[in-house]
Amino acid sequence: MSGVPLTVQLLNFCAALLLLLSFAMLSQRRIVNLVNLLAVQGSALLLATLLLAVRTGQHHLYVSAALTLGLKVILLPWLLHRLIRRLGVYWDAEPLLNISGTMLVGVLIVVFAFGLAQPISQLASTATRNAIGIAVAVVLLSFLMMITRRKAMSQVVGFLSMENGLFFGAMSATYGMPMVVEFGVALDVLVAVLVLGIFFFQIREQFDSLDLHHLESLREEAGGEGRN
Amino acid sequence: MTSALHSPLNACLAILVLWGAIGLAGLLRPTSLRFVARSLFPLSALASLMLAAVAAWSLGVAPERAILAIGLPDLPMHLRRDALSGVFLFLLGAASAGISVFAAGYFRRGHGTSAGLLCLQYHLFLASMGLVMLADDAYAFMVSWETMALSSYFLVTTQHGLPDIRRAGFLYLLIAHVGAIAILLAFGVMQGGSWQFTFDAMRGARLPAPWAAAAFLLALFGFGAKAGLVPLHVWLPEAHPAAPSPVSALMSGVMLKTAVYGALRVTFDLLGQPVWWWGVVALAVGLFTALYGVVFAAAQSDMKRLLAYSSIENIGLIFTAFGLAIVFRGVGMSMLAALALIALLYHSLNHAFMKSLLFLGTGAVLHSTGERSLGRLGGLIHRMPWVAWLTLVGALALAGLPPLNGFVSEWLLLQAFLFAHEVPHTFVNMLLPMAAAVVVLAAALAAYVMVKFFGVIFLGQPREPGLAGAHDAGVLQRLGLAWLAAGCVALGLFPTQIINGLRGVVKQLSGADLPGQTAPWWLLEPIPGRQASYSALGFLLAVTAIVLLTIVGVRLFYHRRVRRADPWDCGFARLDARMQDTAEGFGQPIRHIFGQFFLLRRELPTPFDRAPRYRVLVGDRIWERLYGPLGGLVQRIADRFAWVQQGRIATYLLYSFVTLVALLALVL
Amino acid sequence: MRPIEIITQLLDLAAALVAAPLFVGWINQCRAWLQNRSAPSIWLPYRGIRKLFHKDAVIATRASALFRLAPYIVFGAMVLAAGIIPSMGTRLPVTRIADAIALVGLLATARVFMSLAAMDVGTAFGTLGARREMMVGFLAEPALLMVIFVASLISASTALPAITEHLATQTLGLYPSLAFTAVAFTMVLLAENARIPIDNPATHLELTMIHEALLLEYSARHLALMEWAAALKLFNYACIGFALFIPWGVSTVQGGPLALLASIPVLAAKLIAAGGVLALIETVSAKVRVFRAPEFLATAFLFAVLGLLVHLLLGA
Repeated sequence: MSGVPLTVQLLNFCAALLLLLSFAMLSQRRIVNLVNLLAVQGSALLLATLLLAVRTGQHHLYVSAALTLGLKVILLPWLLHRLIRRLGVYWDAEPLLNISGTMLVGVLIVVFAFGLAQPISQLASTATRNAIGIAVAVVLLSFLMMITRRKAMSQVVGFLSMENGLFFGAMSATYGMPMVVEFGVALDVLVAVLVLGIFFFQIREQFDSLDLHHLESLREEAGGEGRN
Repeated sequence: MTSALHSPLNACLAILVLWGAIGLAGLLRPTSLRFVARSLFPLSALASLMLAAVAAWSLGVAPERAILAIGLPDLPMHLRRDALSGVFLFLLGAASAGISVFAAGYFRRGHGTSAGLLCLQYHLFLASMGLVMLADDAYAFMVSWETMALSSYFLVTTQHGLPDIRRAGFLYLLIAHVGAIAILLAFGVMQGGSWQFTFDAMRGARLPAPWAAAAFLLALFGFGAKAGLVPLHVWLPEAHPAAPSPVSALMSGVMLKTAVYGALRVTFDLLGQPVWWWGVVALAVGLFTALYGVVFAAAQSDMKRLLAYSSIENIGLIFTAFGLAIVFRGVGMSMLAALALIALLYHSLNHAFMKSLLFLGTGAVLHSTGERSLGRLGGLIHRMPWVAWLTLVGALALAGLPPLNGFVSEWLLLQAFLFAHEVPHTFVNMLLPMAAAVVVLAAALAAYVMVKFFGVIFLGQPREPGLAGAHDAGVLQRLGLAWLAAGCVALGLFPTQIINGLRGVVKQLSGADLPGQTAPWWLLEPIPGRQASYSALGFLLAVTAIVLLTIVGVRLFYHRRVRRADPWDCGFARLDARMQDTAEGFGQPIRHIFGQFFLLRRELPTPFDRAPRYRVLVGDRIWERLYGPLGGLVQRIADRFAWVQQGRIATYLLYSFVTLVALLALVL
Repeated sequence: MRPIEIITQLLDLAAALVAAPLFVGWINQCRAWLQNRSAPSIWLPYRGIRKLFHKDAVIATRASALFRLAPYIVFGAMVLAAGIIPSMGTRLPVTRIADAIALVGLLATARVFMSLAAMDVGTAFGTLGARREMMVGFLAEPALLMVIFVASLISASTALPAITEHLATQTLGLYPSLAFTAVAFTMVLLAENARIPIDNPATHLELTMIHEALLLEYSARHLALMEWAAALKLFNYACIGFALFIPWGVSTVQGGPLALLASIPVLAAKLIAAGGVLALIETVSAKVRVFRAPEFLATAFLFAVLGLLVHLLLGA
């Protein structure tokens, strides 16, 4: 431990924090808290980006940090909060798998991700290569969250958290993606949230609920009577 | 005779023959309880003690062989005694000494098998277990293995008048034979084309990797069936309650260990170089078994079933250590393999003492009250103080509490697990440390089970009026219990000495020696320089000193009177025995938390019931998921072939004839 | 054994015996302040114990010898535990007889005896308390063990003084794994010491209590010993926490008598801070139903396991 510079220690700490936040999201049932956790996750990511920028002196990382701050810490959580208020969904329904079970699966996923990332980490030459495993774990855990939740809002949060994980992974493996890609992804995410927001209103108009199991009635064979 | 004095093997054989002779002597006056119980069983206990002494002595003597010209022509029995068999012979002798003394005071005139026959079966059982550990070829091994299974089957069905007991015996016999077939196949694979069935030939055979793996898995299945690994554990909770208590003690304390012996013999000795992933398989099965066993033990309300499930747990822990040792051995970390093997052997010894002790304790209770159900016992510490306090030693040991013996093996196992992250395989190195958490969970649950076991039987108020007439155990029974309890204490207090005794075995199995002991004799420090040490003796002395100082201090400074009064119970006046937790009530948190394990059937009363009844049935999902469908499958196949059964003798003779002709054509 | 070792050992034991009730008094005081109540005296736990020692004991007619022996055993186990845990200096001779895993075993011994004693009289509350206590115990132990695993992986030893020595003397570093396990350990501490959110030490409401239900039948000197043992247990857990997570300020192998002397105010400061934090946690959280306890302790376990995995991945 003694040989590792402080910025890298801090970066590792941020990585651990990201992992912790993913688990906090998995266990959280209130959608408002979920969005807040997403904002905190964005902040941790922001911190990690800044630290990496300081450590490597790469200027484009400052730009990504600004992008993270604007989009992931401020704009998206604000949009989601507004959506929650307008739609009036505050609680997710009981998840498909109970909390303890989800956690157990989560731990196994982390083991899997860490195991997968070990060869990649040995290839990468960055100071943060150890954190790649955590990035993979965050992506997979977000996926798990999307699978186990019923409400569309939670799934959007899971989607955004997954994007955070990908972003962190790219950062720790190669010090960030090219600027163009980063802007593109940021724009995609923003548009996705806007489109999904509109989509939610449509779903609610149609079913009076945001519970996704209603969508099951849109299957081919059940098409006709699903509406009543 | 002089050779017997120099050769532990001959001495062991002499004791086995003596056992046989005692068994046969029982037939001289088969109905005389006084002759059989009061003369033969104490004699047999003496023989057991001698065996333990000889086995302990043999640990330091080089391996030796013998060939006995018994059996088929050209197929003599090969026998070999080495350090591994020495440890298990010691276990057999030391545990059976206590059990036989207890049995001398236990057997009464009753229904079922006559005393003389019982004596024969009992001693045949003992001798065959000894022979299993000495066998050095597959024939001798299988013959003694089958003798062991059959004699114990007859012992289980002592009270063969009862249909439940016949059913339990049948289930036991069935699974024992499925296991035996797997072991036979494993030996068949291991001879490696040489068609030599001596163990020496198997040691020499170099098997290709897939065949070695097949042999290991077959052996794990076969020995697992005898040991009670999930899902082959179903016979244990049926057979143990059915058998008389000394027999349950012998089966649980000693016979299960023969399976451990077999697994060790095959994996580390006959196959030679185990591969690391075999260990992962064994470890996973072992961990699941441990957790499964202890969770079910916590939900039982029959005291012998509870102990049977607890045995399943302990076997799970032993196989966890077994798996860990294989993993370490497979990746070349031999010293840690040695540490895990020490933990395994130590736990086997411990379990032999503590589980025998507890089974005998339940035997004494059963004898005195006629009750096996926990829901009808309670408060026996006042009526049966000897049994209660000696059983408490066993219960605390089984709960894994220092300074008793259960803790030592658990501690050693956890010390071994602390190095598991160094295993150079990606996923294994992260999952193994978590396996340690499951071990601790199982051990902590065992403490829960033991508090339930001891608390419900011996503490509190008697739940039935009939318990007021309960009497304490007789002198011989007390002697047996005390011997086993003393074993628990000694194994707990002198781990360094025991481990020194086990060094030879571990070296033989793992190929590496534990580093020499540099710490003083009273301090257990398995890996010098690591600053991980434990001293049971110091522990006991320190706690005793503090307790005595406190008692003296309190007496000196604050000696006030002690007044006896009704219990306070928050001011509730009319307290009766039915207000205590029942065994079911005590298991309720477990049923709630581990609900996924159980097959629960509950009958809840409605608010309008005149006589409300609450019933809960806890079943094993394995029956529903595995054995139900399996039984159905067998039934369907049998139905399809039912036309074969014609009912005419001539047809059956025809079948035999056709088979004979076909075989002759095939062979000639 | 050098004189300084004996002095360290005696000081360690004396500090535990004296400071444990004071620590409880301090937490109660902080809690009262935070909840806008007028605070009881910080000496109240002492007075309670003294008063109890002076009374005649009343024991239920059905109680066996186990019932009368248990308070002494529980107290003895807690005192020995206090002797093993390095609260001020790492040079404790007694600690060789029990490492951190044996310490967990020692605490389990105390718990089992307490539960057995509670079942001895055969009241409804006693058995209820016993089964809940054992339940909390088996849920907390795996989490506690994982915490110890992480600490001993970092310092390559399971002896508490060696762990403390290692953590206190190396260059300062950020250990995410230790941060995770610290959270896990705090949760275990709350559960094992019958604090909110698992149990309320101030309640005597029958259906919700765990710890108090075990002690219902005790009176006078036996109760005094049990109460003292409970205070010692809390103190011990706090000191384990200090030893693993904030080891700075203890006198290490190099330190002389002065360092040992200097470690006394450091320990006091740590205890004051820890008491405040505990009181704050207890004030802001609500007691959960007994059947949420598994979820609470499973979360603690999760934290500890994450700490372990993060340690294996990041090496920190």
